[in-house]
Amino acid sequence: MTATLPGRITRTDVPTPVKKHRSYAALAAGLSAWVIGLIFIFPILYMLLTSLHEPAKAQTYPPSWGASLTLTNYKGLFSDTINIRPALLNSLQASVISTILVLLLAIPAAYALSIRPVRKWSDAMFFFLSTKMLPPVAGILPIYLFTIKVIHLPDSILVLIVLYTSMNLPIAVWMMRSFLAEVPPAIIEAAQIDGAKTIQIMARIVAPIAMPGIAATSLICFIFSWNEQLFAKVLTSVNAQTAPVFVNTLIQTEHSYLAQLCAGTVAVSVPVLIAGFAAQDKLVQGLSLGAVK
Amino acid sequence: MSTVPATEVVLTNEAVDQRARAAAKIDKWGKKSWVRRAPLLPALVFMIIVTQLPFVATLVMSFLNWSAQPDAPGKSFAGLANFKEVFTTKEYRSAVFTSIEMTVTVVVVAVLIGMGVALLLDRKFFGRGVVRTMMIAPFLIVPIAAAVFWGNGMLQAGFGLVDGVLGQLGVKDAQNISFLTTHPKLSIEIELIWQWTPFMMLILLAGLQSRDSEIMEAALVDGANPWQMFRAITLPHMRRYIELAATLGTIFIVQNFDSVVGMTGGQNSTNIPYEVYEVFYAAKDYGVASALGVVVVIGSIIVATFGLRVVSSLLSEEVA
Repeated sequence: MTATLPGRITRTDVPTPVKKHRSYAALAAGLSAWVIGLIFIFPILYMLLTSLHEPAKAQTYPPSWGASLTLTNYKGLFSDTINIRPALLNSLQASVISTILVLLLAIPAAYALSIRPVRKWSDAMFFFLSTKMLPPVAGILPIYLFTIKVIHLPDSILVLIVLYTSMNLPIAVWMMRSFLAEVPPAIIEAAQIDGAKTIQIMARIVAPIAMPGIAATSLICFIFSWNEQLFAKVLTSVNAQTAPVFVNTLIQTEHSYLAQLCAGTVAVSVPVLIAGFAAQDKLVQGLSLGAVK
Repeated sequence: MSTVPATEVVLTNEAVDQRARAAAKIDKWGKKSWVRRAPLLPALVFMIIVTQLPFVATLVMSFLNWSAQPDAPGKSFAGLANFKEVFTTKEYRSAVFTSIEMTVTVVVVAVLIGMGVALLLDRKFFGRGVVRTMMIAPFLIVPIAAAVFWGNGMLQAGFGLVDGVLGQLGVKDAQNISFLTTHPKLSIEIELIWQWTPFMMLILLAGLQSRDSEIMEAALVDGANPWQMFRAITLPHMRRYIELAATLGTIFIVQNFDSVVGMTGGQNSTNIPYEVYEVFYAAKDYGVASALGVVVVIGSIIVATFGLRVVSSLLSEEVA
């Protein structure tokens, strides 16, 4: 930076102190952004590095930074002794099916809250939101007893699917409403005048415009379902165990477990990272329930 | 970030209200209202059954003596005994304080760092997109995976990275430092701040980018310095975004269970969700667990009333 600044000064005839101050400030701002960004990504990079080390080299004091890299831990995850595969499949099932259910319920609801609004539509919106504010842990005991004693479905993915649907439905209704509100009403009215039926309007006009919103909503619902651990921990044991619950079983303190654990945390997080970066453009609108565009 | 001017093309909230009112007029003569409500009903009914009925059951159970321990007597009416136990037991009170302490600390610090990073990312610099991606990544690690990684790979005594680095920097006996046991709450808070700063940053950055550029330029022309512009233009504009980020963050963070179970297993850091889980799952005291649940719900309603007001003001003047 000392090399470039004198050049600048000779080029600009009057080097005002303010300008000099600004360029230093801009450089400092850029640098600090990089430093903070690196601090935040660093634990993830270390997780990745540890997952690529031999188990014995991964948990040493001090850390063996330069130990040779290997894929042993990832192979181990899919071996017969550990086998993460069923847990990943269970998580996939629970997340995908609940997301589809959420969309089936949320899209018509959002339609009735924006394009053809019911009276007191905002009351309905706040009912949905208020369910999100009640901690799930307060209802978990009756749900547990209900699945065990009434419907006799311990260790079932089905129960998780229903719960994840209820967990994400309020978010999806709020998001979808904000996306549907972007459909210009004039187009719909024009179509109605031309005699289009509701189904046609939905399929031909609303759906194409709302598609990016539907995609973003699904990705965010997928992420929240995939991440959920409390219900999965309480309501499943072996057959329906999901990936987040499985991760805990990788902590085997009788031998060097850290490398294997890190491979597990990476493997479990990959779908979320993919979904999150795929939804990146709409992530803010989704996470703020459509309040921020 | 908004691509369309909010008032003209897009269906505004006033427009939605107008439509609803117009529809209400039709309702007086015909059965139109049911046709309108039909698409909403499945979602509404589903939510009432799955989220409200369990709370009713919790309320009923909170008045029962009911333990699932093998040697426990059968169910009986307990009156207010469970609630009395909830309010007089030290652990439960401390769980409430831990929850408040953790939530407030994490939300405040994450909003502050998030605001700082958003301000930095709002300007152009080399590699801005890369830094943005690096900042978002922690939010996209599965929470329980992040918690067990922080609890084992980062903060574990001995082979945890923090001890290792301290040792390499010359700190004596660094391998014996156990942050998880000496500072369990702080450890959890750091992990949560790491995960939730990206969330705050994203909302606040969207807020910064929605500032009116004409006003900013006018202020620059008038000779305002960066600090004056921040105080007079940015901060008032950002107030609603800060409130929104803090409110939504609070909703998620107060319900946090994964970080506690994954990092400390609740040792000296039990928050409300973990306490309820313990009483119900480990101690199997269903009556007390339910009473605890009811108290949590009442507390949440108080907090939610405030939270809903914030979100409600956003709905009335949609931030765009």
